[in-house]
Amino acid sequence: MKISREDVVRVAELAYLDLSETELETYRAQIDEILEYIGKLNELDTANVEPMAQVLTDDQTADATLREDIVVPCGIAAEVLKQAPDPEPPFFRVPKVIER
Amino acid sequence: MTMTWTIDGVREGLAAKKISARELTGDFYKRIETRNAELNAYLALSPQRAYAQADKMDALVAAGKPLPPLAGVPVAIKDVLSTRGITTTCGSKILEHYVPPYDATAVKRLEEAGAVILGKTNCDEFAMGSSNENSAYGPVKNPHAMDRVPGGSSGGSAAAVAAGLAVASLGTDTGGSIRQPGALCGIPAMMGSYGRVSRYGLIAFASSLDRIGPFANNVKDVAAILQTIAGRDANDSTSTTAPVPTYADEISKPVKGMRIGIPRDYFAEGLDSGVRDKIEKGIELLKKLGCEPVDIRMPHTDYAIATYYIIATAEASSNLARYDGVRYGLRVDDPTLLGMYRKTRGAGFGPEVKRRIVLGTYVLSAGYYDAYYLKGQKVRALIAQDFRDAFTKVDAIVTPTSPVPAFKLGERTSDPLQMYLADIYTVTGSLAGVPGISLPCGRSCGKLPVGLQLFGPAFGEPRILQLAHAFEQAGGASI
Repeated sequence: MKISREDVVRVAELAYLDLSETELETYRAQIDEILEYIGKLNELDTANVEPMAQVLTDDQTADATLREDIVVPCGIAAEVLKQAPDPEPPFFRVPKVIER
Repeated sequence: MTMTWTIDGVREGLAAKKISARELTGDFYKRIETRNAELNAYLALSPQRAYAQADKMDALVAAGKPLPPLAGVPVAIKDVLSTRGITTTCGSKILEHYVPPYDATAVKRLEEAGAVILGKTNCDEFAMGSSNENSAYGPVKNPHAMDRVPGGSSGGSAAAVAAGLAVASLGTDTGGSIRQPGALCGIPAMMGSYGRVSRYGLIAFASSLDRIGPFANNVKDVAAILQTIAGRDANDSTSTTAPVPTYADEISKPVKGMRIGIPRDYFAEGLDSGVRDKIEKGIELLKKLGCEPVDIRMPHTDYAIATYYIIATAEASSNLARYDGVRYGLRVDDPTLLGMYRKTRGAGFGPEVKRRIVLGTYVLSAGYYDAYYLKGQKVRALIAQDFRDAFTKVDAIVTPTSPVPAFKLGERTSDPLQMYLADIYTVTGSLAGVPGISLPCGRSCGKLPVGLQLFGPAFGEPRILQLAHAFEQAGGASI
């Protein structure tokens, strides 16, 4: 077994994801099977391989990492706030996080 | 039988005043009204915006002014692309009522080129799936066989074009989500190189893999849509500054003498015999056109699915952290902030999304990062190297798009791993960042469409469009 019930509980906690008892067991079994399959990557010796985080080379994204940090107003703050479940313009309201 | 419109057809119709853009738009909404209840291809329609755009085009016609390249062309947009003022759900309950305050760059460019946006198309939740059965709003049906899936995740965009409910559409492809539904619905479908099209406004699934691309009824139209949406955008730092060639000038160039790689690793076990038969006939057709087939090896193909499902889920777990009930979408109340996060996400996400968040969080978590995520990134480099090596010997690579034709609704939903394994021919190119196109290549057992896939080197779009166009003109679709 690659992944235990405790692992799934821990990971769900990291991801802030409520899972029911049934979901916990279903996902554990399915992910176990997937990880078992993923294990085939260990057939490959990758000791001298550089990890690839993205496919573009530096010359293809001339300004990917360095650009001027300029504030550009987009004028949609009111519209953005309208999408919030509990807006208090100009803020988003959330349940209390700090006890006085 | 409804008439099949093309971009050229719309242009000629408008210029000759045989039809107005408003009439054409109305005609497409009538088609949608007739067919969409059974197909479930559209999730939202945007008639107000569509007719306003159509009227703008009609005014240009009336004034005798030049028409932009896509004037009056009715298009559909996958529901993971932001559209100002039009509900954008990503096929998820967590964004059921979300109305974006801005347009994705690709959408904006289509509209600036004169296209008429009819509405938003159904898809697997957050583009995670290969059958469209993971949509929170019900599956899309395949227009060629109503008891079968259209493919996914861009199932609605593929079905809409295949059923004549749009002239073209935009989809997104992370591991095959444009090419595979294109294959299963029998229409050309393309993803350009990673970086070719701006992802600004595309609601992210896996940022190092996500790409936007077109579906249409022919290769020329696919090229025209790609032309419109391609090119540098200051709002996406991964959109490349490499110049965009004029595809229309390229596609009719001769293909004689082109070397096409046939990777034997793609014709191994698991390939349906009806699909194999058609792909072999497709390769014969390319030979007749003067292409030279070359046997090539892509030795890491067998590791692509494992690599893809590490990288894609890891990136997804990070990207989907933003759905927390604070700024947009669903909120499920709880007295504590963390409780609110947990309940909102538990209630708002569907099963496939939750499964991928758990898997993606796991492969990134302390103690497992090196064994899974880092290992995946290293094997990704090997897969990309397979492609670079192949393109020193050949101009393009020919493979099946999907190992099977459209399967029955419900047939594969209970076994996620089996569903993932069917992505084998598409995920390789996704990981390598190269462009790919799926073309109709006859029908398996005379009924279900088969897709032939062409890969080109990074930014080699002209070459595969050329081959695709020649293949289509030679009758590849009815092979």
